[in-house]
Amino acid sequence: MSGILSLTTFLPLLGVAGILLVRGLAPANDERTASAARWIALATTLATFVLSVAVVATFHPSQSGFQMQEDINWFGGLRYRMGVDGISVLFVPLTAFLMPLCIAASWRSIKDRVVEYMIAFLVLETLVIGVFCALDIIVFYLFFEGQLIPMFLIIGIWGGQNRVYAAFKFFLYTLLGSVLMLAAILAMISIAHTSSIPELMRYHFSPTYQTWFWLAFFASFAVKMPMWPVHTWLPDAHVEAPTAGSVILAGILLKMGGYGFMRFSVPMFPAASVEFTPLIFALSMIAIVYTSLVAFRQDDMKKLIAYSSVAHMGFVTMGIFSGNLQGEQGAIFQMLSHGVISGALFLCVGVVYDRMHTREIAYYGGLVTKMPIYAAVFMLFTMGNVGLPGTSGFVGEILTLTGTYGVSTWTAIVAVSGVILSAMYALTLYRRIIFGQLTNPSLAAIGDLVGREAIIFLPLIVATLALGFQPRLVLSITDAATTHMVDVFHAATGR
Amino acid sequence: MTPMQTAAVASPELLLVGATLILLVWGAFQGKASATFTFASVASLCAAAVVAVVAPLGRAFLGGLILDQGAVFSKVVIYLASAAAIPMGEGWFARRGQARFEFPILVIIAALGMGMMASAGDLISLYISVELQSLALYVLAAFERDDPKSSEAGLKYFVLGALSSGIMLYGASLVYGFAGSTRFDAIAMAMSHGAGGGALLGLVFLICGLSFKVSAAPFHMWTPDVYEGAPTPVVGFFAGAPKLAAMVLLARLLTQGFSGAVDQWRQIIVVVAILSVAVGAYTGLRQHNVKRLWAYTSIAQIGYAMVGLAAGGAMGVQSVLVFMTLYVIDVTGFFACLTVLSRAGRPMETFTDLAGLVRERPGIAIAMTFFSLSGLGLPPLSGLWGKYYVFKAAIVAGLAPAAVIALIGSVIAAYYYLRLIKVMWLDPSPGPTDRPAAEGVVIGYGAALFAFPVVLFALYAIDPLAHTAAAALIQP
Repeated sequence: MSGILSLTTFLPLLGVAGILLVRGLAPANDERTASAARWIALATTLATFVLSVAVVATFHPSQSGFQMQEDINWFGGLRYRMGVDGISVLFVPLTAFLMPLCIAASWRSIKDRVVEYMIAFLVLETLVIGVFCALDIIVFYLFFEGQLIPMFLIIGIWGGQNRVYAAFKFFLYTLLGSVLMLAAILAMISIAHTSSIPELMRYHFSPTYQTWFWLAFFASFAVKMPMWPVHTWLPDAHVEAPTAGSVILAGILLKMGGYGFMRFSVPMFPAASVEFTPLIFALSMIAIVYTSLVAFRQDDMKKLIAYSSVAHMGFVTMGIFSGNLQGEQGAIFQMLSHGVISGALFLCVGVVYDRMHTREIAYYGGLVTKMPIYAAVFMLFTMGNVGLPGTSGFVGEILTLTGTYGVSTWTAIVAVSGVILSAMYALTLYRRIIFGQLTNPSLAAIGDLVGREAIIFLPLIVATLALGFQPRLVLSITDAATTHMVDVFHAATGR
Repeated sequence: MTPMQTAAVASPELLLVGATLILLVWGAFQGKASATFTFASVASLCAAAVVAVVAPLGRAFLGGLILDQGAVFSKVVIYLASAAAIPMGEGWFARRGQARFEFPILVIIAALGMGMMASAGDLISLYISVELQSLALYVLAAFERDDPKSSEAGLKYFVLGALSSGIMLYGASLVYGFAGSTRFDAIAMAMSHGAGGGALLGLVFLICGLSFKVSAAPFHMWTPDVYEGAPTPVVGFFAGAPKLAAMVLLARLLTQGFSGAVDQWRQIIVVVAILSVAVGAYTGLRQHNVKRLWAYTSIAQIGYAMVGLAAGGAMGVQSVLVFMTLYVIDVTGFFACLTVLSRAGRPMETFTDLAGLVRERPGIAIAMTFFSLSGLGLPPLSGLWGKYYVFKAAIVAGLAPAAVIALIGSVIAAYYYLRLIKVMWLDPSPGPTDRPAAEGVVIGYGAALFAFPVVLFALYAIDPLAHTAAAALIQP
């Protein structure tokens, strides 16, 4: 079925058109317009999710190449190419899965400029899915860079106190990385005379070029990922973003960095990747240990989870550059799992924030007596974040650690401490919020999860446990493509 | 060549000259501006664009006036951009009770000069055409006679412009002295093995003079003051088309007349390009007046175009043409929006004036957001495609370091574009705005729709057209 990828990618824009139509027909700032915008956005994102499931269902896991390809001539020798392989295909349903949850989570908490909010999210969904489906490097860049606009507005308009600063920081940091990538992309096109990603993967760049290109792509993806020391935009952006914005940031946008490393850096510049592996390992170790310690000292729940995201992304970069099957498989698994779990954790924070309008950890305590269901849900995701066996967090960590162990024993040993550290900060957070005495009198009236919230959490719980008990669901799909990628990598580097 | 053939090649110019004379007499008898008069002047510019397309290609006046695909491409853009400026300006002056029939006539004279710049084939027509358009622009800058800032802008522009013309003329005389001819093709023959000392000095002077006209650093000093003082629609006019004309002229002079000295002029252009990007990006950070800010962004944008020009060859010139065309549309659209925005009769000029615009005038605010993001070069807006062409040409020509520096400059510049967006989207609005005039809304929305999504399809046509235009421009 050709065209399904473009359909999935651009379907959310249909929702945008629908919302604009409603907005055009009805007077502005009307409560009914807002309500219609919410429903249209929810319906569109759900339809996109159904389509993304169809993409996975029609995907042939046994083939390692790109499938469902589309190729249309564009201007000036450019081509519009789409296609997915085992590495990218699962990120499409991940995106489409989190989006309706984000819309639902913003149902009541966003009251201001609802129409614009929903449009920003739908545009963002198109751009994110496009990143994972693009098979032309220019098309990839369009989708990748275009996300800055809706994210800038989401953080800047609907964020917290210091939102303008955070939005600027997010934008400028990411832009600096991307323009260097743009320069590298143009240079690659002028050398290889093609902008097709599969052809660029087969092209052998000379070692000098590989080094430069690798560094340029690294500048972009490391910021996006984010890796230590360019991670400082993330906590600011997270703290200031609305709950759904945080979910998208942590759940999906960060994954594009890892995806970029797997799609471009490792296959296109294998020699440079080997050359820089020690750097990546060092930065990953620092990310895992240092940001875990930083997370431990946070007073703000969102900041804590944001730093924990940086630490978890350290496992991903480590796995990707281990260059072996466990590492690559683990990296993809960890990204998917982190997408679900960190998204869920930000939603957990959102639940109490919507009620009390503060994210200060010290403000809470003893919530278990008032919110037992919430306590149980939060517990599950905390355990997932820690990497308890049976949750999806465990599989990704153990696979990346195994993969890294085969390449650099010391890195793996240092990284293992990250598992302990994550237990330390995550369980402390849980204890301080959920257990203890209910000392704060303002918490006396706090209510447990309502039906809408429970419905939002249900699919996330299912996903966390399903991936934890049946990792094959993911690994069987990614297997052929990662095996191929690792084979090519080994052939190119002789490692 | 028979006089008829000469007239056919020069028909766009002749048409505009005729139109100017008729309109002048008509206006003098009528004594004031009128809707019919405005319409007639717009129509004559559009007619000139059509004539430029259908006129036979060739060289007239002993090679002094060339009509090739490059000239045709540029003329169409120039005439249409000038045509858009007329209703903008007439509306603006009419709202101030200063509508005068001279405005369209001056725009047409400037357009005539710009069209000739795109066609100039020797140093004499180079100088005449540049002077023709400059003199019209000096008057336009000072068009609001009662406003001291406007007069100041006109005077500053005139004095510095005269200086640069002098420098250019001196450069032309040096080149003529060393090459033995004023024609670009003859100069190309004489300079086929690089330019000697004297000719190189002449070339440097010529580049300096033309850099002044496009406001490239370090010859940009006049730009912010003139932009701030001149009437808004006039700024929109001379931030766009004249720069395209001067870039085309520079491209023809360098890639055709001095094709043998490419390694020599490339160094100069690269330096000018990087300085322009740096000055435009850095100095723009501290501006509070939007017109002044746009002066700096135009300096930076010219820097990017210069990067493409430095690449040279068909690819480099093509990138300049595509970049400048997209830029002209953006800048025209931006000033169309700015011209019609006012609060209680006071035009919006500073960042504080624009605060919260998205709540008051969502359409115009979104259009201006598009132009800002396009200037920033964010996909999928038209500005990115201009940069794509320019930087690709530069990298293919081995100018990767210059391209990277220019790209980093664009990140610094991103800050002020974002600030503009932030002011419009995130700040609270101080009060209701006046109803914007229709002509600005039409032109602004049209340009915004072009910036996205029309550009994605328009490039199908622009890309090959610019390609043949560039091939013609570099051919001696």
